[in-house]
Amino acid sequence: MSKDSKKGGISRRKFLQGVGSGIIGSYVLTPGIAKAAEALKKNSEKLILSVPLTLKVNGKQAHLLVEPRTTLAEVLREKLGLTGTKVACNNGECGGCTVLLDKKAVYSCHILALDAEGKEVTTIEGIMKGENLHPIQQAFIDHDGLQCGFCTPGQVMAAEALLLKNPKPTRQDVLEGMSGNVCRCAAYPNIIESVLAAAEKAGSETAELK
Amino acid sequence: MKNFNYIQPKSLKEASDILKKKPHEAMLYAGGTDALGLMKQDIIKPEEVVNLKSVPGLNYISYTNGKGLRIGALTELAEIAENPVISEKYPILRHAALAVASPQLRNLGTIAGNLCQRPRCWYYREEFNCLRKGGDMCYAFDGQNKYHCVIGGGPCFIVHPSDLAVVLLALDAKLTVFGDRKTRTVQLKDFFVSPGDDYQHENNLKAGEIITEIQIPELPQDAKSAFVKFRERGVWDFAVVSVGAVIRKEGSKVISGKLAFGGVAPIPWMDESLNAKLPGVALSEEPVAQLVSEILKKAEPLSKNAYKVPLVRNLTKRLLLEL
Ligand SMILES: Cc1cc2nc3c(=O)[nH]c(=O)nc-3n(C[C@H](O)[C@H](O)[C@H](O)COP(=O)(O)OP(=O)(O)OC[C@H]3O[C@@H](n4cnc5c(N)ncnc54)[C@H](O)[C@@H]3O)c2cc1C
Ligand code: SF4
Ligand code: FES
Ligand code: FES
Repeated sequence: MSKDSKKGGISRRKFLQGVGSGIIGSYVLTPGIAKAAEALKKNSEKLILSVPLTLKVNGKQAHLLVEPRTTLAEVLREKLGLTGTKVACNNGECGGCTVLLDKKAVYSCHILALDAEGKEVTTIEGIMKGENLHPIQQAFIDHDGLQCGFCTPGQVMAAEALLLKNPKPTRQDVLEGMSGNVCRCAAYPNIIESVLAAAEKAGSETAELK
Repeated sequence: MKNFNYIQPKSLKEASDILKKKPHEAMLYAGGTDALGLMKQDIIKPEEVVNLKSVPGLNYISYTNGKGLRIGALTELAEIAENPVISEKYPILRHAALAVASPQLRNLGTIAGNLCQRPRCWYYREEFNCLRKGGDMCYAFDGQNKYHCVIGGGPCFIVHPSDLAVVLLALDAKLTVFGDRKTRTVQLKDFFVSPGDDYQHENNLKAGEIITEIQIPELPQDAKSAFVKFRERGVWDFAVVSVGAVIRKEGSKVISGKLAFGGVAPIPWMDESLNAKLPGVALSEEPVAQLVSEILKKAEPLSKNAYKVPLVRNLTKRLLLEL
């Protein structure tokens, strides 16, 4: 082990172990490790290392070290323990991993975690109000919008993005807005009903408030 | 996926310099929706991934009456699909943007990335060391070539996968390209490269060159346009074939126009001699049938894709009759 790699008061081996274990001090990275990462980055032009990343997930800041190749889904599930986001195809072709990035739906498996820096990430865990289900979740239960449920977190997040942008969607709008999410159980008719019902309910509640 | 350094340049010059210095190790990265797929499959293994999104000022849509439309390279497809000026003045562009991939991918995928995306040939995307990847044969020629080209192929037989390229070609778009500390303008129709000239690149960008803007001229008030994309399923699917048409007509007769085709050739396809036949054609059953029989006259289909020729002709006929 070279002298250089001991800079920042932590050996390279220890540092890499820390990276390997994924969660460093769960959500929070200790400043010592951050410094070591910086020092290592400067010292090694060729060596590709993990880099510091600050993510805002469900309103909370998370300080992490990630390899640049890490996807957002990997960070959410493996480093932050937010396993509500499902990864099925890992290739941008099924929608199971849908989360919101600044209120827009994206496939978290098909975006680098580093590209989410400075943006607001919302996952299925972030849309409940305490113990209360989000109205879209409730609508999926009321209208049987699921069978096995594996695709459901992604479906709910896609619906949330759709309704944020378009609170009063037509059936066609819902078909288009939900078209990036596969359901292997083919619960499609009820998924569409659930989304329409959630929109209608939200609409009638706003009308009541007025 | 191999790990890489994620580089965050602050200017075009900085980005371009890195790409030029390391033409084989460095790769430009925009929305990443295509690039990440190739990296996950280890088809490309860049050491330096240069994030164009860290260069400010490349995400805009700007329309000037009488001059036309300018779109920044990093503008996402969702922005194009939702822009009210585009919907009003260039509905064909909105239509093509909406036909790409899925809502989630359109939120990330950019217009320039769409034009520069790599081929979808399944041999290319899987573990076949074919010509385009530096190997010594084309597996599609004698293999599963249902989705390959019917014209302009050889020695590689890809089709160009971009939907936007087809309509931008019919709209006579131009690109602004930055590189070597200066910019150049290139007509979209001169941008793409046939495999006969270079079977490892799909366009004529040189190392370090970056598209910064797409320009679309003003359309005449009376211009009509339409796009049709034939695909096997409603989302995520690339075009089997597609047709873009921009036509001016007087009464029912065409005065001038452009037809462009996707899914038929290694480059987005436009046939000048066909377009020269458009003026004077009456948009009714018989003259249109006559015109479309001229489409892909010189096609040389492979063993499994001859169906593309009548498909393109019939789609074009329908499109023209509905204009
Ligand atoms: C499941 C799936 C379905 C898809 N379906 C379709 C479809 O139906 N139709 C379609 O047209 N496309 C489709 N795509 C392809 C593509 O991902 C998108 O079209 C998208 O627009 C690509 O843009 P990007 O910004 O993500 O590109 P990136 O992945 O970032 O880049 C793609 C390529 O372009 C180069 N590049 C990017 N920006 C520039 C620039 N400014 N100058 C020079 N080079 C640049 C990159 O170096 C890279 O080689 C699909 C992709 C997936 C994963
Ligand atoms: S068509 Fe081109 S990309 Fe596909 S196998 Fe042949 S050489 Fe490779
Ligand atoms: S797991 Fe991300 S789209 Fe399928
Ligand atoms: S409910 Fe089973 S995959 Fe959708």
